[in-house]
Amino acid sequence: MRRLLNMRPKAATRLLLGAAPLILVALVYLVASSAQHAANPSEKILPTVGAMIDQIRIMALQVDPQTGAVPLWADTLASLRRLGAGLSIATATALILGLTLGLLPLARAGLGPLIAAVAVVPPIAILPILFITFGLGETAKIVLIVIGVTPFMVRDLAGHIAAIPEEQIVKGQTLGASTWQLALRVALPQAMPRLLECLRLSLGPAWVFLISAEAIASDVGLGYRVFLVRRYLAMDIILPYVAWIAMLAVIFDVVLLTISRRAYAWAHPARSR
Amino acid sequence: MTPPRLAFRDVWVEYGDKIVLERVSLTVEAGAFVSIVGPSGAGKTTFLRLALGQEAPTRGAIDLDGDRLKAEPGRDRGVVFQRYSVFPHLNALENVLFGLDCEGSPLTGRLWGAKRRAAKERATAMLRAVGLGNSLDAYPAQLSGGMQQRLAIAQALIMRPRILLLDEPFGALDPGVRLDMHSLITDLWREHQLTILMVTHDIREAFKLGTRVLAFDKRRQDPHAPHRFGSTAVYDFPLDDKPGASPTL
Repeated sequence: MRRLLNMRPKAATRLLLGAAPLILVALVYLVASSAQHAANPSEKILPTVGAMIDQIRIMALQVDPQTGAVPLWADTLASLRRLGAGLSIATATALILGLTLGLLPLARAGLGPLIAAVAVVPPIAILPILFITFGLGETAKIVLIVIGVTPFMVRDLAGHIAAIPEEQIVKGQTLGASTWQLALRVALPQAMPRLLECLRLSLGPAWVFLISAEAIASDVGLGYRVFLVRRYLAMDIILPYVAWIAMLAVIFDVVLLTISRRAYAWAHPARSR
Repeated sequence: MTPPRLAFRDVWVEYGDKIVLERVSLTVEAGAFVSIVGPSGAGKTTFLRLALGQEAPTRGAIDLDGDRLKAEPGRDRGVVFQRYSVFPHLNALENVLFGLDCEGSPLTGRLWGAKRRAAKERATAMLRAVGLGNSLDAYPAQLSGGMQQRLAIAQALIMRPRILLLDEPFGALDPGVRLDMHSLITDLWREHQLTILMVTHDIREAFKLGTRVLAFDKRRQDPHAPHRFGSTAVYDFPLDDKPGASPTL
């Protein structure tokens, strides 16, 4: 008998092993839901699949007469705009600051402590400040995402750049490269796959900040909707919305990973394990 | 009279109260192949870092072709380290093009059009010369250790450095591969009339390749304060039989 840590699943086994827990969770839910409904037909906490499908139809296909829009799509569009704007600003800032801090000891000495200080502030704690400063509109929500994820991304990227072997930087200089050329041709390309990785890791926190901001002050958005219908215990809307948010998150993750594998194949060597 | 290629004039290197190198005074003539040996911690690598400009002497001066050396690596000195000498994100051809790119395009760091084609031809010829003609598109991670060092040598040589610095370049290679690299570096040294400083742990390699062997060690020992005496070149063997002699062994 081989050791447990040497036993590796084949492709089919792996698929089965991965699917089993998901199927199990779904089954447990179905059994619990139908048991609850047998006892109390107006039960709201564990809605039946049928009830959820009915609600999805209403939210995703019917125009809400009050707003003149289809709620699910209006919410999705509003949330993705905020997320996109926040993450774009954060990524661009992280790239510029990360390269500067990672390459230049002078910049590290000057800006490092400031970024370390900003990074330890819990972003949600300054949400009131953002609402006071930027009002209740879009700006405050986007700024919350930016403040929430940028310091982590900057520090991670700066650390990655600073860890480029000294030999490479010296070799570049012996080949006549200036600081600018080293940044452009050596540090930037090696930063890109890490930046994408960093962005993938930041998606989770970014969603948290987005939904928090939307829950508190908004009139459209995925986070706004789930917190709105919570008042009516509308689990048949909340659960599909949460599933939809999870699905969007998975799609972004896969897209970013695919971009990184395609564009920076050298950074993804075939794994042995 | 032409000044020597490289001249160390009473060079000292101290870190705090620890003396690493003391009273290093020597000259290296153009065309020499200088092997540097010595026990660990005897300042061999510090000596090479001084020549590279990665480190500045605490006292004394270093001249390259009669001009004072700036304490910063520059394009007149090529280098090959034991590891990490090539760029992992560039393929072999792009690695060799890097120096030409930087030279020809300060702003974008990349040549275009006819200049790029000419540079590519030069780089391809250089890669063929080191035996990598069939691996132009390969990334360093796809190359073996020996091939990576060949690439690092080609990358340095295309800039025609006045002096080539090798820091245990073959230390991580298999014995058979090491022999191949010995004949490669000897051929390149003759063909391009290089001046080479090579740090090595392998005494046989030092004597086989060098026209001169420098041994670094401490001349004086103080058992109560061993850090207060630095190393220097304690032996300097000229090996005059080298030019023209083909490498045996």
